[in-house]
Amino acid sequence: MNAMSNLIEKMTRVLTELRQPGKGSSMLVGVLLATTLAMSAANLLLPADSAFYVSTYTITLMGKYLCFAMLAMAVDIIWGYCGILSLGHGAFFALGGYGMGMYLMRQIGDRGVYGNPDLPDFMVFLNWQELPWYWFGMDQFWFAVLMALAIPGLLAFVFGWLAFRSRVTGVYLSIMTQALTYALMLAFFRNEMGFGGNNGLTDFKDILGFDLQADATRVALLLVTTLLLVIAFITSRAIVQSRLGRVIVAVRDAEARARFLGYRTERYKVWLFVYSALIAAVAGMLYVPQVGIINPGEFSPLNSIEVVVWVAVGGRGTLYGAIVGALLVNYAKTRFTAIMPDGWLFALGALFVIVTVYLPQGLAGLLQRFGRSESVQAARREEDAGSDSGISTREVNA
Amino acid sequence: MSNLNQFAGQARELLRRDTTWPFLVPRQRSPDVSKQVILYLEGLNVSFDGFKALNDLNLYVNDGELRCLIGANGAGKTTLMDVITGKTRCDSGSAWFGQNIDLLAHDEAEIAQLGIGRKFQKPTVFEAHTVFHNLELSLQGSKGVWSALTASLTSIESDRIDEVLKIIGLQNARFQLAGALSHGQKQWLEIGMLLAAQPRLLLIDEPVAGMTAEEAERTAELLTSLAGKHTVIVVEHDMEFVRSIARTVTVLHQGSVLAEGTMDQVQNNPDVIEVYLGEEA
Repeated sequence: MNAMSNLIEKMTRVLTELRQPGKGSSMLVGVLLATTLAMSAANLLLPADSAFYVSTYTITLMGKYLCFAMLAMAVDIIWGYCGILSLGHGAFFALGGYGMGMYLMRQIGDRGVYGNPDLPDFMVFLNWQELPWYWFGMDQFWFAVLMALAIPGLLAFVFGWLAFRSRVTGVYLSIMTQALTYALMLAFFRNEMGFGGNNGLTDFKDILGFDLQADATRVALLLVTTLLLVIAFITSRAIVQSRLGRVIVAVRDAEARARFLGYRTERYKVWLFVYSALIAAVAGMLYVPQVGIINPGEFSPLNSIEVVVWVAVGGRGTLYGAIVGALLVNYAKTRFTAIMPDGWLFALGALFVIVTVYLPQGLAGLLQRFGRSESVQAARREEDAGSDSGISTREVNA
Repeated sequence: MSNLNQFAGQARELLRRDTTWPFLVPRQRSPDVSKQVILYLEGLNVSFDGFKALNDLNLYVNDGELRCLIGANGAGKTTLMDVITGKTRCDSGSAWFGQNIDLLAHDEAEIAQLGIGRKFQKPTVFEAHTVFHNLELSLQGSKGVWSALTASLTSIESDRIDEVLKIIGLQNARFQLAGALSHGQKQWLEIGMLLAAQPRLLLIDEPVAGMTAEEAERTAELLTSLAGKHTVIVVEHDMEFVRSIARTVTVLHQGSVLAEGTMDQVQNNPDVIEVYLGEEA
């Protein structure tokens, strides 16, 4: 009898643990790796007329989706776990993208339309005589990557520090993030900024000496994207499962309580915001070489709002939910825009409404419903086991 | 010349041997209670848009005491707690924790780490976490971001959690989500969270609001058992409850102390009868 109740308690414990934030399945990682590896092999090894051949277009598309998945995860970390609804995460994504774009721009060298070895085409077009100071060093890959991480990270730190220290929360914070990305969009549209204005940066030739148009490069980019997504996923999971993750959820649910327990909640928020911005920046860096262009449109508030929809569909508060949501919605977008281009925004809006009303936990919540009914049963069984000291579980369920 | 004198004066002030520079004073230290008093509140004034929530309030609480604060709505009870815990800045006055810690110089998080725990009027627990994790998060120790990331539960900490679970009688709800607890259990859990931090001073706002008579009785037992090891200040409306736990009662009225003494003394005090108990009679 005692052994039985012990076992039941253990089971309850395991099930409760499973419902703790961040306990998504590692299955996702396996599926992601297997799928991308299979796709890569099918693209490189099979002849083009084989039934299983995967076109390079599909490879690039998949790479793009995975970048979006990473961005969705970044938003989920701060929205799902910390309750900070950022409607401006596209800004960090785009800044990372611009960092990579600048590197790729410098790699063009004298192969541009004007054949100027130092100046990118748009600068020659604008009659600029020399490279602006902030373009120096961007021909070095390591420096460009460093900048593509440092600038969004710094921006997130300063923004977060100012906002969270003043205890700005809720809708006001969302509006501020929206304003941030909108302001950056307007700034990057200006030719004088030196980032290619309206057209942005494009016409890339190669990355680290590899031709960007080659199949092998495309496949390699997809694999790198998958790998980094997996690393980001595992790191984020470790974070949300640590005590830090529990403090973050505590801040989401009862910030005042956490503060009166001695936690400096604003510091937690700032660092989480920076972490999230860095992941978004990495996603942007991987996005640009695969898509081949970065322009101020990426800063558009609409893009950032779309990310929130992906996360909501997948299920906020679960990391795998964000990834799955981003992949599904983007796949749907690709299919839908091919069939009915004008209808997509309506479909997106409808999707958001449906998910909010019927699936507040998203698809991940749908999956978890099964697990929850299981654990309720376990709790009932424990209740039957009975207890006489303190508060019985009977009262708990009442 | 006078400028120079002023400067010299300032320099002398700075180099006085019997003082310590503020930045050298450790932020976390235990209160000095050699005079038996743990909380000194003197001449506190707080006003919100002209409404005086606290009006020249003076209150001293002894170490290890169980003190009840009573008073009508708007008497300033919650504002007083806000001032002690650093949530509200007072317009004037002083608040010292022991003889050596100026509470007004610290913010909420620091005050919590100095050993002042506060329970809210409405029970506030981390609903998405289990009872166990609620207590884990409340444990005494470093509350920094990095230490939270690398933290792992030591056996001392887990013993402490077991001990607290026993005190609040929630051993069987250990792995329940806090959100699934009943109202009364949440109140206990919140008190347990304060205990896990091993505070010197507990501020408890309306612990029995919404509790059944039986639960209130258990809460009374819990609070009286805490006195001695901790200093407990309880704010409560329920006179029956106050009578059952109180040794010393302080009556607040319009932001200042109206009367202080045992429950009987207070109830027979003509001022109190007029402004507070009189209304009920």
